[in-house]
This record gives sequence, C-alpha cells and structure tokens, in this order.
Amino acid sequence: MDIIKISEFIWEIPKSGEMKVPARIYASDRLIEMAKRDQTLQQARNVACLSGIQRMSYVMPDAHQGYGFPIGGVAAFDLDEGIISPGGVGYDINCGVRLLRTDFMENDIVSKKKELLAEIFKEVPAGVGKGGITKLSDRVLKEILLKGARWAVEEGYGSAEDLDRTEEGGQMKEASFEFISERALERGIPQLGTLGAGNHFLEIQKVDEIYDEKVARVFGIVEKDQILVMIHCGSRGLGHQIATDYIELMENEFGFKDLPDRELMNAPFKSKLGQQYYKSMCAAVNYAFANRQMIAHWVRSVFEKVMGEARGMRQIYDVCHNVAKVERHTVNGKEKLLCVHRKGATRSFGPGRPEIPAIYRQAGQPVLIPGSMGTASYVLVGTLEAEEKSFSSTAHGAGRVMSRNEALRRFRGEQIRDELARKGIELKAASWKGVAEEAAAAYKDVDEVVKVSHETGLGRLVARLVPIGVMKG
Amino acid sequence: MEKPYEILEHMADGKFRAYGRTLEEAFTNAALAMASLMWDWEKIKLERKKKVKVEASTLEQLIVRFLSEVIYLLEVRSFLLGRVETISIEEIKLNDKKLYRLEAEVTGDDVSPEYEIYGQVKAVTYNDLKIEKTDDGLVVQIVVDM
Repeated sequence: MDIIKISEFIWEIPKSGEMKVPARIYASDRLIEMAKRDQTLQQARNVACLSGIQRMSYVMPDAHQGYGFPIGGVAAFDLDEGIISPGGVGYDINCGVRLLRTDFMENDIVSKKKELLAEIFKEVPAGVGKGGITKLSDRVLKEILLKGARWAVEEGYGSAEDLDRTEEGGQMKEASFEFISERALERGIPQLGTLGAGNHFLEIQKVDEIYDEKVARVFGIVEKDQILVMIHCGSRGLGHQIATDYIELMENEFGFKDLPDRELMNAPFKSKLGQQYYKSMCAAVNYAFANRQMIAHWVRSVFEKVMGEARGMRQIYDVCHNVAKVERHTVNGKEKLLCVHRKGATRSFGPGRPEIPAIYRQAGQPVLIPGSMGTASYVLVGTLEAEEKSFSSTAHGAGRVMSRNEALRRFRGEQIRDELARKGIELKAASWKGVAEEAAAAYKDVDEVVKVSHETGLGRLVARLVPIGVMKG
Repeated sequence: MEKPYEILEHMADGKFRAYGRTLEEAFTNAALAMASLMWDWEKIKLERKKKVKVEASTLEQLIVRFLSEVIYLLEVRSFLLGRVETISIEEIKLNDKKLYRLEAEVTGDDVSPEYEIYGQVKAVTYNDLKIEKTDDGLVVQIVVDM
C-alpha cells in the first residue's frame, strides 16, 4: 500500500482500485509506525470505497484497528448517495466523556480524597453485571430513549444548564424506540446509571498545566491544582445490542459480497433500514446522555455530603466519541448536509458554529480527551481549520498498543494500585484483574496524540489534567 | 478433543478458537471460551438452569446470537454460565426460508461477591469470524468487543 508523507504530521493513501476518495492519516512518525502494525491503514482504505463518501477517509492520531472502520476513523457521507454503517459508529454507541469543574483546590480535598472516592464508589454502580439503583419500567425507559439527559434533568438529576453544555443539548431529536429489539430494551433496563467496565472510568483530576489561559477561563478552568471530575462511559448493553441487531439485519437485506470487509455492513442512509438504524442509534445516544447525567448528579451529591458543598461544581461539557450525526459541512466550496461517522473521534467545531453553546461560541467547542487509567487527560478546543481538515474532528483518547492477555501476563492490579499510590493517585476498582488489563503501559502515549492534534490544528491544547483519584469499573 | 478452546492474542479485544467433533460441541466450547474472558466458569456452582433458544439465517449469525445470549443472561438475568448441559442445532424451514435453530439448556449461578467478574464482553463481532471443518471436527473462531 502506498503511503505518502505530505508534511510532518500528515500522511495520505492515494486513491486506487475501488477507492472513491483518498485516505488521510494525522500522525507523527511514531504513531504512523504503530498504525502500520495492525489493520488500521487497510481499514481506512476500505472505508474510502464506501458509497457516497465525501472528500477523504480520515484517520485520527490515536487510531487503531477496529471492526470494519478503524477506531479513530472519521467518514462523512452524502445523504442521498451515501450510507450509514453501525461499524462506523462502534458497538458502544455514544461512548463519551463528561467533565465537571469545581472551585476546590487540591489542598481543599486532599484529606478527604479517600472518603470522596469511597462514597462515589458506593453511589455509582460500576463493574460487570452491576445493575443500576433504579428498576426502570418499560415506559420510563422509552421516555429516556426519546428525551436523553433532558429526562434526567426533569427527574431532578442536575440542572438545565447541564443540558446546554452537552452535545445536542443531551437529546437527539430524531430518536425512536420503535425499531429497537426487545433484547436491546431489556439490556437497557438494569444498566441505566452505571459506569460499566473495560476502559470506562471516573476520575477526580487536578489541573496540571494551562496552555491557553483565555480559552481555559471561558471553559471555567482558572488555575493549576483546581479540581475537576471526568466521567467516561456509554450506552451499555442497550447500544451494544442495537449495533449487533442492525449488523445482522443489514447483512440479511443487502449482503456483504460487494464489501471489502464484512464488518463494513451498511445501508443507504435514506433506505428504510438505514433510517431505522439511525433513529435507534439516536435513542442509544440519548440513553448514554441520561446515563452520564445521572452519574454526574451523584458525584455532585457526594461532594455536597463529604465537603459540605459542591463549590462551583458545574459541567464544562459532554462529548460523544462514537456516533453518526447529520451536520452541515463544506465540500468543493458547497455547503451541504452530510452523515458524519465518528468512531473513536471527537467533534471539534471551531468558533461560531451554532451547535456550540452560546457561552463557548466565540472560543470554540470544548474537546475532552481522556487518557488511559492513571495518566493525563486533556481539554482541547475545536478550530475553524478542522472543518476542512477532518470534518471538524479530532482524537478521542490514547488507544491500546498491548493485548489484554499480555497486560495480564505483565501486570498485577494490586501492583498498579501501589504504583499509583506512590504518585499520590488513589484507586478504587471493581476487579484487580480488570485493572491489570487497563494498565497505562498497554496504551499509546496520549501526550503525543494531543500534540499531533494541536500541531495539525484539528483541536488546540487548552489544559492538561492529571488524576488524583481513579474509580474503575 | 485435546483442548476445548484457546484464547488468541488480540490488540484491543478478545479472540478465541473453539473446537468440537460436532457443531454443537464447538458452539458449547465457544460459549465457555467467551465466559473465560469474563469469569472463571469452572468455579461457578451449578445452582440455576436457563433455557436458550435462538434462530438465524446463517451459522455465523447463529453463533453470534447464541453468544450474545450469554451476555444477555449476565446483564439482564445476573446469571453466570458454568456449563452447557444440552444443546441441539437443527436446520428448519420457515415460510420457505432456511433457518438454523439452536436450543440449549445451561446451568450456572447468580452474580454474587463470591465470583470475580474481571472482564466485560460488550458484543460478539463478525470480524475474522470462522466456522470451519477440520480433519477431526470443527473450529469456530470469534472476536469479541471488550
């Protein structure tokens, strides 16, 4: 496969064979070498072959091999000629990140840190097979699927201000539950308000460095050692089952003989099945918004209880990093609506976009990039140039470089806990074996990922956050 | 069969190969292989019984549906699979369409602090999925999203 270096951090696979557009990869020398080790680049090339794809098949700096589409893949499709693909969204629909700011400083909470984490661990169900605290009725579940975080706020979890500071206002209005299987709905019932397991986490963080004081201030990040809380989770079993169901339905309807890879299964966006998947996916997006809304509310309640107040505790933003959305973009000088798939990629709208809440509109959209367990996370800001470079998208995290088996062979959860403790990071986890699988050394260097994002202008650095307390499912 | 299954290396997720003299045996071992990515199935007491019935148009879809049921039983019924007691796979015709039907009875126990659940399989994928005949039976290869 031809890979041409365009500039220090930009690579391209020229159009050939069945490709309708070229593929473009944003990576440093080191990151591109990692991408070459697995199927990432071949998958980016395969995506470029899909009907109605616009401009280029994009690959973000943290990309690694996924199913069909690479993780860290961004592809936009024409609404009339193009497709929608569950593999372009991922199994964990609206896996995403929510960040809360506070007016506490590290010194204020250091003596209460253990208690805070223990209380959060009690309040927020985490781990595999752990159900939520509420037994939902079918009727309420369906309301959540339509209203998302808005339902949670109406039920007293948080405030309307939180909705304003969530992508889509916490609710995708195209959602419908009519085309969701009974199995998927059943999986949704016990898991609302749960963190889950795997790479999902909840962290108490402190500001470690501020790169752009002006933008940071707009986001509510004011000084070093300020305390923040980050929540990383998704739509749980409900989203996983919707993806599984629609991959099968699309295979039965359209087959996969013409596709370079079976997992690229798709349907024309405007077809009946395409629309049914889209509306069901929107419902799963809403479920995940409600999920993070409830968890954020419980975290605030714990701060109130342990610290006596939730001082200045406000939501900075909430982003989805596994989603397909209809957005307005410019292609060949013409504005048009496209179905943008971001799988392991974060939207990074620049200043002025109407989708950004008014308070941030002049600065640009906050972009939240979680590190791996126990490492730094970042706040970036969307840029105008990202529009033409990646349909306004950037990275979403670190990305694995070591298999779970190998991580289990190399690390022990208890040993990781002790190492983190030496760095002043408290860890609470549902399973020590699970901790070993998520060891920081099993992931790419998130610092390098965000550096490429900054240098290429996909999303610019605002602040670096480091954990002081980690809760892992 | 010398070994019922083996866990393979996969960068981000879980991959395994399950063996059997028959399709039923290979599917059984696939369920145990997947369970082993989440809990130690050999340690699960056989206290409860569940029935599983799935239908699909292809064998590939059938294994995906069967394994998805094991995840469903965990998430919705708080059930940890310890053993597949009986399993049958048959080809049926429904409205002139060929279908595969799998019926199984599985035993295991409720989720409890007694058992560690160390991994989460989110979904069963079609990535690298293979159901192949070999000299001494069948091999099923699966990649699961974790």
